[in-house]
Amino acid sequence: MRQNRKVAAPSLAERLGGIKKTTRTDFLTYLGVTIVFLVMLSLQGQGMLTNSLSGQLVPICCYIVMAVSLNLVVGVSGELSLGHAGFMSVGAFTGVIAAQSLQTAIPAAGLRLLAAILVGVVFAAAAGVIIGVPVLRLRGDYLAIVTLAFGEIIKELINCLIVGWDERGLHILFNIKGTMSVNDLGLSENGIAIIKGAQGATITRISSFPAGYLLIMVTLIVVLNLMRSRSGRAIMAVRDNRIAAEATGISVMKYKLMAFVVSAALAGGAGALYGLNFSTLVSSKFDFNTSILVLVFVVLGGIGNIWGSVISAAVLTVLPELLREFDTYRMLVYAIVLILVMLVTNNEWLRQLPERVRARLAERKGGERP
Amino acid sequence: MSKMVPIPSAGLVPERDLNKTPVLEARNLGIDFGGLTAVDSFNLTIAPTEIAGLIGPNGAGKTTVFNLLTKVYQPTRGTILLDGRDTAGMNTIQVNKAGIARTFQNIRLFDKLTVEDNVKIGLHNHTKYTMWEGILRMPRYWKEERAAHDEAMDLLGIFGMQDLADHQAGSLPYGAQRRLEIVRALATRPKLLLLDEPAAGMNPSETAELMENIRKIRDTFQIAVMLIEHDMSLVMGICEGIAVLNYGKIIAKGTPQEIQSNPEVIEAYLGKRKEAGR
Amino acid sequence: MMLFLSNLISGISLGSVYALIALGYTMVYGIAKMLNFAHGDVIMVGGYVCFFATGQFGLPAPVGILLSVLVCTALGIVIEGLAYKPLRQAGSLAVLITAIGVSYFLQNAAQLLWTSNPKVFTSVVGLEPVSLFGLTISDETVVTILACVVIMVALTLFVNRTKMGKAMRACSEDRAAAQLMGINVNRTISMTFAIGSGLAAVAGVLLCSSYPTLMPTTGSMPGIKAFTAAVFGGIGSIPGAFFGGILLGVIESMAKAYISTSLANSIVFAVLIVVLLVKPTGLLGKYVPEKV
Repeated sequence: MRQNRKVAAPSLAERLGGIKKTTRTDFLTYLGVTIVFLVMLSLQGQGMLTNSLSGQLVPICCYIVMAVSLNLVVGVSGELSLGHAGFMSVGAFTGVIAAQSLQTAIPAAGLRLLAAILVGVVFAAAAGVIIGVPVLRLRGDYLAIVTLAFGEIIKELINCLIVGWDERGLHILFNIKGTMSVNDLGLSENGIAIIKGAQGATITRISSFPAGYLLIMVTLIVVLNLMRSRSGRAIMAVRDNRIAAEATGISVMKYKLMAFVVSAALAGGAGALYGLNFSTLVSSKFDFNTSILVLVFVVLGGIGNIWGSVISAAVLTVLPELLREFDTYRMLVYAIVLILVMLVTNNEWLRQLPERVRARLAERKGGERP
Repeated sequence: MSKMVPIPSAGLVPERDLNKTPVLEARNLGIDFGGLTAVDSFNLTIAPTEIAGLIGPNGAGKTTVFNLLTKVYQPTRGTILLDGRDTAGMNTIQVNKAGIARTFQNIRLFDKLTVEDNVKIGLHNHTKYTMWEGILRMPRYWKEERAAHDEAMDLLGIFGMQDLADHQAGSLPYGAQRRLEIVRALATRPKLLLLDEPAAGMNPSETAELMENIRKIRDTFQIAVMLIEHDMSLVMGICEGIAVLNYGKIIAKGTPQEIQSNPEVIEAYLGKRKEAGR
Repeated sequence: MMLFLSNLISGISLGSVYALIALGYTMVYGIAKMLNFAHGDVIMVGGYVCFFATGQFGLPAPVGILLSVLVCTALGIVIEGLAYKPLRQAGSLAVLITAIGVSYFLQNAAQLLWTSNPKVFTSVVGLEPVSLFGLTISDETVVTILACVVIMVALTLFVNRTKMGKAMRACSEDRAAAQLMGINVNRTISMTFAIGSGLAAVAGVLLCSSYPTLMPTTGSMPGIKAFTAAVFGGIGSIPGAFFGGILLGVIESMAKAYISTSLANSIVFAVLIVVLLVKPTGLLGKYVPEKV
């Protein structure tokens, strides 16, 4: 039956033209990231980067991954999550536990980092499922506050963790009453304490800039290819019109959850990389403020705009380094910019303001002519 | 309108066979909203390739009937049989998969996506590759995407809309948005297409064209169409069976001729005309 | 038993502050239909204004409170007019992000103006603590509960009896219809923010009287918890906010005493999550379905 309707299909060129547009922007994004990476790597190799900037390279990579993955939830899926740092935290601490306890099993740092990132991804994805399944049913405002709540819960739970490792395996204590310490783990002589409750984790640093670059590329490929696939279209359909999506046979929950979990998993990877870049790490690093910071990156880069997130995360992390003066006013400026961007992009009158001003100016010019 | 789907010759269109299992059968359907009965004792059968009309004054409960048939609202009473299968316990998504597609009175497109993507979303359940196959761009991704693109273009061809494929759906003019909604609904390959005021906001020539196209859709896809419409020229022009709803109840059923001469219908509408004349 | 009662009382004391904040929250949410993230930070501003008025300039407490109410009311109107009004037609995502921006702005502006060093707030309540069955209830708690009840009754009367209150209820039910009936929706929402922010000032002063450390971030956690309380009681419901607040305070205090101090916030948030999942309309709220 269907074959009967074969008609005036567009020419091959037309068709390629249709595919090309998004493929081209995606390709340029990959290319841009790669070029910047190579430039920074060679600058670093020649010792032309300041110490502070050099030290920022891995965190910048992590924040880019965070911003791109949050954009998958905020921009592509259209839900506001205020607990993104929570998933980063899950990834960071599980990744750190994995890396520290695998030191003898996997001596090669690169491989161990890979293993740690994978562990971080898996645990963050699991946290995404556990949180997403119940809460994604909620409407926008409620979802935002519940994700915020979960972020805080994750922070407090990790604060209670005491973890150590010896040749018998992992030892985990859950310090609810606040009375326990590492000594209660009963580690053997060769054992190492990994997480000491609120004092945080002690870490052997193994993160590297090339690993950060690879993680960004993987994140970009996952998010961009997802957006151009049937699943991605379904996610955006749910965003644009939930009722129409259901009437078109699309499961709202399934696709909201897909975006949420993929995003959480990527944030977990970023967390593992971030955690293993420092020698100590406390869970309060991943609080509400971090979630908001990543949200600022997403909003400023353009909601739903992936390469925009990459650029804004990179620039806004480097900027305070370059402008010390700016650091004092940084958060205030972010707040103002956040408000202004939302106003300008969402208010008809403000959006058309530049055009009207231009028209008015042109009119005046015309009027002055004799 | 050069790029048209060829219409099978008239001989290929089977006669309406009312003895076949009806594509839709609603038995004693009803819904109450907090003690208020919105629709009651709604009985209707639609034959597999019938074009049926649902008319009635504003607030009669027509859209509510659509919402019941598509399970946007769960009926308080009654049964809905789709192709002889009871849809009890199904939700909107399952009803769509089982074969009912619809458009909305207040257009509901995926505004920020392209026209082509809107249609491809209609094809969602007819492409099978998984999330991973999509992310890794495995062979099945390429094969099914190409097929989806071709089918989307063919479907857009019904209304000659291929040229708009790359436009953002939300930026289309009103009439084109209504047509796109129909295309998207068709892409889900329904057995029954529900159109909620498809001619709203269209001028007479656009309406006439739409009428032709609805008939053509029925003939090409061999599906049943049920439409809610206030434009009587359209309803009387293409519907083979009409049901009249007033205060949530069917007050008359029949062919266009029967409906036009039905005293109750005339009264329901005349009452309004009298008021307007005063 | 004595310990339990004393925990209960400290819970009620905490809860009365939550309840007071929740009243403002629930009012704004119920009528403007937006989650005003900045509400907690308006509370902080109220605290600072009163701190400077009474502490720095030596003004009497009632003047300090009045001043703080005036400043916060004005602040509420300005925030609403500049940041929220232009987004009346925009999606909830945009409004929510803007509200977060406003909250961040207030916190960081406060930090620049007044530094992040905590200030020690002197209680504005100078009464004697009340003794009841051998337990001491602080005068702040008594005043906070009284203030809560008075405000709750006043708000209920205002919303039910006055013309402005009727307009507010109309806007809350159906904004478009209210507009058609000749109600000035913008002015009504402005008014709602004015009242909500004025209440926030009172809440701020009493919050700082009971818990005297004042910092730029003082308002954010109580703000979020008060929102939890408002949801718990049923968002949009005035008595709901009161009972939700008290209950949440008691839950938090009990969790601290009997489960874990370090997980107290988690337990409060877990309550929020459970309530939203099991009964999203809260204890006293009502359900509004989406129109197709």
